Amino acid sequence: MELTVEKYVQWMTNFTQLITTHKQELNDLDDAIGDGDHGSNMVRGMDAVTAALEPAPATLTDALKKTAMALISKVGGASGPLYGTAFLEMAKKSAATSDVGELLAAAAAGVMKRGGAQPGDKTMVDVWHVVVPQIQDDTLTEEAIQTAVDHTRDLVAHKGRASYLGERAKGHLDPGAVSTGYLFTSLLNVGVK
Amino acid sequence: MLGITVVSHVPEIAAGVVQLLKQVAGDTPITFAGGTDDNRIGTSMEKITTAFTDNKADTILAFYDLGSAKMNLEMASELTDKEVHIYNVPLIEGAYVAASLVPTGATRTQIEEQLAPLTVKE
Repeated sequence: MELTVEKYVQWMTNFTQLITTHKQELNDLDDAIGDGDHGSNMVRGMDAVTAALEPAPATLTDALKKTAMALISKVGGASGPLYGTAFLEMAKKSAATSDVGELLAAAAAGVMKRGGAQPGDKTMVDVWHVVVPQIQDDTLTEEAIQTAVDHTRDLVAHKGRASYLGERAKGHLDPGAVSTGYLFTSLLNVGVK
Repeated sequence: MLGITVVSHVPEIAAGVVQLLKQVAGDTPITFAGGTDDNRIGTSMEKITTAFTDNKADTILAFYDLGSAKMNLEMASELTDKEVHIYNVPLIEGAYVAASLVPTGATRTQIEEQLAPLTVKE
């Protein structure tokens, strides 16, 4: 499906709403296995994105680039460079295509390269690598997103601060996977998949 | 010319490590980036970019504390014209090794030989 600037801004608005609603939940999840600020960091980042997308940029590439720069400069934690890279890779790819599946595939590859995480490491990659192929073949459901997020609960972390906890990280969802779940839920909410 | 850039999640840690390095670093250009743009705990690609720009050297040996610092370092190094090498070694020990060797005229390869056994991060 083609991603227009209008749809993109709706997507980001919905994502901001979800992140804001779940700010405390994300902080609490991060408190258990990280440094407790993922929700606050993401809200600060998305508030900056909202400001950067007002008025709406003329092109999709512009909108994606502005989103990336806002996240990179405002988030602060590990999710800043990771989300920032995702949107920066989409911006680069958008010169060639506006197909949302192809854009997100470029984003997923960028996130894996930047963070060095593989599927099974209990990170946002566990959601990206499951969800993106389903967007590409137009089969994504909210249930599938939730399953991918829930899958991180019983994993041992191999990246980030949670990796210092070893077995103790088991039983906790990865906060980055949860916020990434919201990124894709909001995509469904605005009717893009 | 070789320079050093120190990146930490905490402004005081970055500044403190540099203070330590200066004891042995002679005229080696050293810059640092600590904390987020508004000095919270975290790292800032912008601050790191500035630290690269302000460093008089054209080749920079970069040292960092924790994972997300590395990601911001990598992004900043992709944006700068300078040649940046990032080392996955403990921040203080690694930077100290480099600061001790640069003034002796050691080459980057020689410094990297000394850093190799210190590697702890993936």
